[in-house]
Amino acid sequence: MLNHTPTEIAERSALRINPAKTCQPIGAMYAALGIHRCLPYSHGSQGCCSYHRSHLTRHFKEPVMAATSAFTEGASVFGGQPNLLEGLKTVFTTYSPDVVAVHTTCLSETIGDDIPQIVGEAKRQEIIPEGKYVIHANTPSYVGSHVVGFANMCTSMATYFAKEVKSPRRRTTDKHQINIVPGFVDPSDMRELRRLAEATGLKVTMFPDTSGVVDTPQTGKHIFYPEGGTTVTELQNLGRGVATMALGWWASRDAAIEVEKKAYVPREILDLPIGIGATDRFLKILKFRGGEITKELERERGQLVDLIVDTQQHFHGKKVAIFGDPDHVLALTEFCRDLGMVPVHVLTGTPGKRFGEEANRILGAKAGNIKFEGDLFTMHQWIKNEPVDLLLGNTYGKHIARAQDIPFVRVGWPILDRVGHSLMPTVGYAGAIRLASRMLDALLDRRDRDAPEHQFELVL
Amino acid sequence: MTELLAARARQVIRTGEGETGIECEKQSVAGSVSQRACTFCGSRVVLYPIADAVHLVHGPIGCAVYTWDIRGALSSGPELHRLSFSTDLRERHVVFGGEQQLEASLVELIERHHPKAAFVYATCIVGVIGDDVSAICRQVSERYGIPVVPVQSEGFQGSKKQGYDAACEALMSLIGTADASDVGPHTVNLLGDFNLAGEIWIITEYLKKMGVEVVANLTGDGRVDDIRKAHGAGLNLVQCSGSTTRLAMQMQAAYGIPFKKISYFGIDDMAAALYAVAEHFKDPEMLQRTRELVSAEIAEILPVIEECRRDLEGKRAAIYVGGAFKAISLVKALRLLGMKTVLAGSQTGTRDDYEYLTELCDPGTVIVDDSNPAELSAFLSEGKADLFIGGVKERPLAYKLGVAFCDHNHERKLPLEGFIGMANFAREVRASVCSPVWQFAPRHQNSEPQTLEV
Repeated sequence: MLNHTPTEIAERSALRINPAKTCQPIGAMYAALGIHRCLPYSHGSQGCCSYHRSHLTRHFKEPVMAATSAFTEGASVFGGQPNLLEGLKTVFTTYSPDVVAVHTTCLSETIGDDIPQIVGEAKRQEIIPEGKYVIHANTPSYVGSHVVGFANMCTSMATYFAKEVKSPRRRTTDKHQINIVPGFVDPSDMRELRRLAEATGLKVTMFPDTSGVVDTPQTGKHIFYPEGGTTVTELQNLGRGVATMALGWWASRDAAIEVEKKAYVPREILDLPIGIGATDRFLKILKFRGGEITKELERERGQLVDLIVDTQQHFHGKKVAIFGDPDHVLALTEFCRDLGMVPVHVLTGTPGKRFGEEANRILGAKAGNIKFEGDLFTMHQWIKNEPVDLLLGNTYGKHIARAQDIPFVRVGWPILDRVGHSLMPTVGYAGAIRLASRMLDALLDRRDRDAPEHQFELVL
Repeated sequence: MTELLAARARQVIRTGEGETGIECEKQSVAGSVSQRACTFCGSRVVLYPIADAVHLVHGPIGCAVYTWDIRGALSSGPELHRLSFSTDLRERHVVFGGEQQLEASLVELIERHHPKAAFVYATCIVGVIGDDVSAICRQVSERYGIPVVPVQSEGFQGSKKQGYDAACEALMSLIGTADASDVGPHTVNLLGDFNLAGEIWIITEYLKKMGVEVVANLTGDGRVDDIRKAHGAGLNLVQCSGSTTRLAMQMQAAYGIPFKKISYFGIDDMAAALYAVAEHFKDPEMLQRTRELVSAEIAEILPVIEECRRDLEGKRAAIYVGGAFKAISLVKALRLLGMKTVLAGSQTGTRDDYEYLTELCDPGTVIVDDSNPAELSAFLSEGKADLFIGGVKERPLAYKLGVAFCDHNHERKLPLEGFIGMANFAREVRASVCSPVWQFAPRHQNSEPQTLEV
């Protein structure tokens, strides 16, 4: 299929080929699933909602519930107010959510629907039952990417729910509460981040938290609102946290800033804790904010370092190409560097020149091809010009891996053709052990496959 | 039983209770968790398998991503259709228009890939921001001398059905643009088959054995040049009736080509389809060859069917698929396996199809149009279904309830059409219904019927 990719790289001005990003609304939908008893609501044509649900279902292998305004020709001319009002009525009478999280689409943004005004009208018409909430995020599909949509919905959670504090002196703090914005990661990662933070003795308010929502056990029942998700009470009490840790500049930073603005909770903007360095920094901040680094955590770290010591010779000097969401890619780039690998091609589909600056900072003199707002056509061309030993990225890398015959480890979102990511984390020391093992498996499977008979060895 | 949305009450009926006249072909209720997709999706799935054309999605990135290589519409040659091309409209285009972006993208694609044609899909905002897609397509077409076909598929126009119509219009603009004087009399076009898992190759092989040649595949493993001379064929075979009946009717009006609505699913319908072709051409030798083909094929798969039937006899099935015409074939195929259908529904069925479905099903079967997860879960529990047949969004619902599943949509990996397809279907159904995993996840273990848990 990828024999259509020419090796020669020409400047492109308009066309996007084989994207490395998607649109904002799906990120907003995923974030909203991380609120307890929340029904995500897509204000646009019904295809958007259907696509997002299907895509999330393919990644998580779970039912994904979300409602849509089901725009018609009329709505696209006269505005979507009647659809949203009717939609909210239907949602509250039929599905009884505690929270409806409305996100916009390219269509409703372009025709200029004012969501707060329409929700205000819904309140006047008593469509929203007592004690129920409607929140919203503007997520125009033609700005940013799915990561930005995720970030915007996280920010809205703070905007709508965090109780405002008038001045820093008026703030009541629970010295054990730490707020964590985990980023656009799997439920397994959210679980692991919570476990790590709780292991330091702190009490965690994580928002959003999709664990217990899109990783549910088989019980013989389809539960419309599973037990997981951040509760409204937790969100209201964000102001009591000693700090808000934003894991990932793209996906989480704005939400932490919002909590700070509303309630003077200091923010800590960190990288996604993938790999040793980033996990160390995550725990260091937890310690700084009152947590304790236990022997158990030190043991976990030691085991990870031990595994890398045992295997460093296999990683050393190996060329790797990494693509995906910016927070993931930067953390992975650092981890690969620390393993002794050489990240020669580093690419994200999401816009933002900070990505280039950060990747350059991580790689220093060893920096190779680095691109934000790129696509997989470019990545493929890079690899054709400078081959690599390993490809790291989401499922969409499989075409390139096959065309160029490169070992491929799936990491990030979406993963449409394998399982395990929902249940086993990539973050933290345990996640790094799993990730390094999978990368090593891929490298050594290839070595075994290609070794001539006399060099095919039992012990490696 | 879950509370139905009041506005949907007439979109659900139960057979044998004197209820007829299901309501269908209407807009989804705003705020429902509908399983339906949009107009763009309808156009995209129909045209996507044309493998030597470029398919450019004009709009923000999402629409291109969600339809990138999600359907195993196999090609025996070029694979241009599997790449994802988008104009990736940004805020500045929404303000100043996306026409330049569109033109530059088309030029680049055509110069690099030299396709036989280009399809340009207009998504939701294209009309709203005022881009004249048709004009750009016309200019580029004149410049490069290949068809550049605008597909008016703005999502808000409705469900997939409106998208099918837009796709048919696009196809119609290609048909008749090449010389068809070399096309013989015993020829057909295959409409509404998308060559999932290589199905169209099975059908083509049957026809070849009968002495019938295929002019154009519309659209599975499709080629632009074939489609351009499709007007020369003697007969149109319409498989996925929802998507391409309109095209067949247009071709009948414009070129006098008769058409037959057929189905390649299940032994009965597959055999009926081949006999319909043989009878149409009024060739006794062809009829004889067809008889021989059908009996040989059936003899080959019958042992598989019988073996699977032993394990499946008396089990109960639920069906929720894209169109009701497919549901009809499935009810029959399930009967052959000794299974009873307790639920038959579709996203976009027509009144005629539903009426036939209602007649066909046993008393007490639920017939539903444009359903949602809460309803479907309730119907599955209430009907004590052992098997659910559906698409990507239905799979996890079934599994959560401990119900076996068979994908009869984009994500099927084995061919289900043809006689061999029936054997594959039987094996796949048995594998899921009889999986050892269900001993750990008992089906319908709660005696109370599943209700909407909120």
